Amino acid sequence: MNLIKLSWKYLIDKPLNTGLNILLLALGLAIITVLLLIQDQFENKMSRDAEGIDLVVGAKGSPLQLILSSVYHIDFPTGNIDMEEAKSLSKNRLVKNSIPLGMGDNYQGFRIVGTNHDYLELYQVNFQTGQAWQIPFEVVLGNDVAEKLKLKVGDRFVGSHGIGSSSHDHDEHDYVVSGVLEKQNKVLDNLILTSIESVWYTHDEGHDHEKFEQQVVKSGFPESDEPREVTSLLIQYRNPIAAVQLPRFINSRSSLQAASPSFEISRLFELLGVGIKLVQGLAIVIIIISGLGIFIALFNSLKERKYDLAVMRTIGASKGQLFMHIILEGLILTFLGALFGIILGHLFLAFVVYTNEQGALSGLSAWVFLKEEIWILCFALIVGIFASLIPAWNAYRTDIAAQLTR
Amino acid sequence: MLSIKNVSFKYNNSNSFVFPDISCQAGSQLLILGESGSGKTTLLNILGGLLAPDKGEVLIDQIPIYSLSGAKLDKFRGNNIGIIFQKPHILGPLTVEENLSLANFFVGKKQSDRISQVLEDLGIGQKRRSLVSTLSEGEAQRLSIARALANDPKVILADEPTASLDDVNASKVIQLLKEQAEKYHAVLIIVTHDQRVKDHFENQTIMGGAL
Repeated sequence: MNLIKLSWKYLIDKPLNTGLNILLLALGLAIITVLLLIQDQFENKMSRDAEGIDLVVGAKGSPLQLILSSVYHIDFPTGNIDMEEAKSLSKNRLVKNSIPLGMGDNYQGFRIVGTNHDYLELYQVNFQTGQAWQIPFEVVLGNDVAEKLKLKVGDRFVGSHGIGSSSHDHDEHDYVVSGVLEKQNKVLDNLILTSIESVWYTHDEGHDHEKFEQQVVKSGFPESDEPREVTSLLIQYRNPIAAVQLPRFINSRSSLQAASPSFEISRLFELLGVGIKLVQGLAIVIIIISGLGIFIALFNSLKERKYDLAVMRTIGASKGQLFMHIILEGLILTFLGALFGIILGHLFLAFVVYTNEQGALSGLSAWVFLKEEIWILCFALIVGIFASLIPAWNAYRTDIAAQLTR
Repeated sequence: MLSIKNVSFKYNNSNSFVFPDISCQAGSQLLILGESGSGKTTLLNILGGLLAPDKGEVLIDQIPIYSLSGAKLDKFRGNNIGIIFQKPHILGPLTVEENLSLANFFVGKKQSDRISQVLEDLGIGQKRRSLVSTLSEGEAQRLSIARALANDPKVILADEPTASLDDVNASKVIQLLKEQAEKYHAVLIIVTHDQRVKDHFENQTIMGGAL
């Protein structure tokens, strides 16, 4: 027998009360856990996906929308830009590298993005099987796409027009899988990559089968004898001065729009911050209520238990031991609450990720544990100590003789 | 082994007690008879280290117990004094055995073999793993005796141990108390107003006038 076991015995003597208190605390802490996990991983993922991209140039519109569509592939593009204009911009002395993107189609909800091999280089991809596209209509699949759609090298499919999954099919020409990427935990996992030429040719009216057999351009802009468009341009600065001059130059002197991923994302988090604060507040209210619940439960049970406490004193318990006995009950309750809360939080995130395969939260991992979760545990234990302090003090002061003769 | 001298206690001006001096050798047995309100329970609380007297001295094993401070008195009580109350006062969430091992724990002893011996002696050995709530009243009373014996006390104090029992059980309990006290060579003091107990003891003190 020891004090922890003694406290535990008294807790499970009232299973409903104990269970309710643990559940309430667990709910509050689960919300905090989910927020922590999402915030941490989301910010990480966001900054990883934008690594190496200093500026995105696209059609005029919302700069945030441009970033979301061209870097993270979650929003709709702002429109297309003239390729000649994009080409001349890429020759600017402040631009080190530029990668054109062409969008507009999907297959089963996964976006088909036309680009060149520089894009693969930017994300430092490795191929699980196969190789990069060489001719039009060859595609490379992100790992999740291949897994979820059960496609492998050599398979064929027909893309659909539009970003969402419900539009008409381009049944004139099949795409052929030429390679599958290794899992990266980046945005590429959920993309179907191909050449810009493929995107153009699917939308062309006439069919020039000779073109379909020619090698596509691996770097820079594709050649074309007619006026062509691209959706956006990912740019790397040549030097720090570019960060100051280039966006202003593009936004004021051309029909194009430039947006910086880091700036737009911090703006996005600022906007989301209000909502996160609100949910955080709610969680803290739940935790305070559960703390009060534990306090009231201990306080009430103490009224019935003064007898028991007096008896413990007669068989040799000191005041200090009784004080610890009650504090331990609070600590055990909150420790279990925190444990269940953290597990519940991870389960909830796993559920959200599972049901949200193609959305912004896909690619998050529910089973990553952060060191902040230790703080959740400490926080819960502090709540436990505070909730049991007054009842423990009452236990400490119990007058044995008066209780026993009552 | 146990003696009190010039002990008095005052709840308020109209309710105060002066107790007769008592002196007991190790292994001796004493019955204190008294009506309700004669201060029997107060005396027992004072003897048990539960209630400090206003005046006088309580010596157990040559130690003036009220000169011990806080936790030391608690440990002394746990180690040396076994108290049995009128109601069993056993701890509901625990099993029979845990009620006894808790007494061992509070005074810092390892769980002793003594526990199973005492439970056997009192005839509740087969119930050692049962929850307290499954015990009959007689068994509960015997458990409270067993717990009082768990730490091998030098003094056993019993407050009206037979009050709620029928004749057969009452004499059984008295017999048990006497046997156990003799076996462990402990002082046994019983306070009661129960006349049935009278014939079992040679040494008797009457409090608050004649009965």
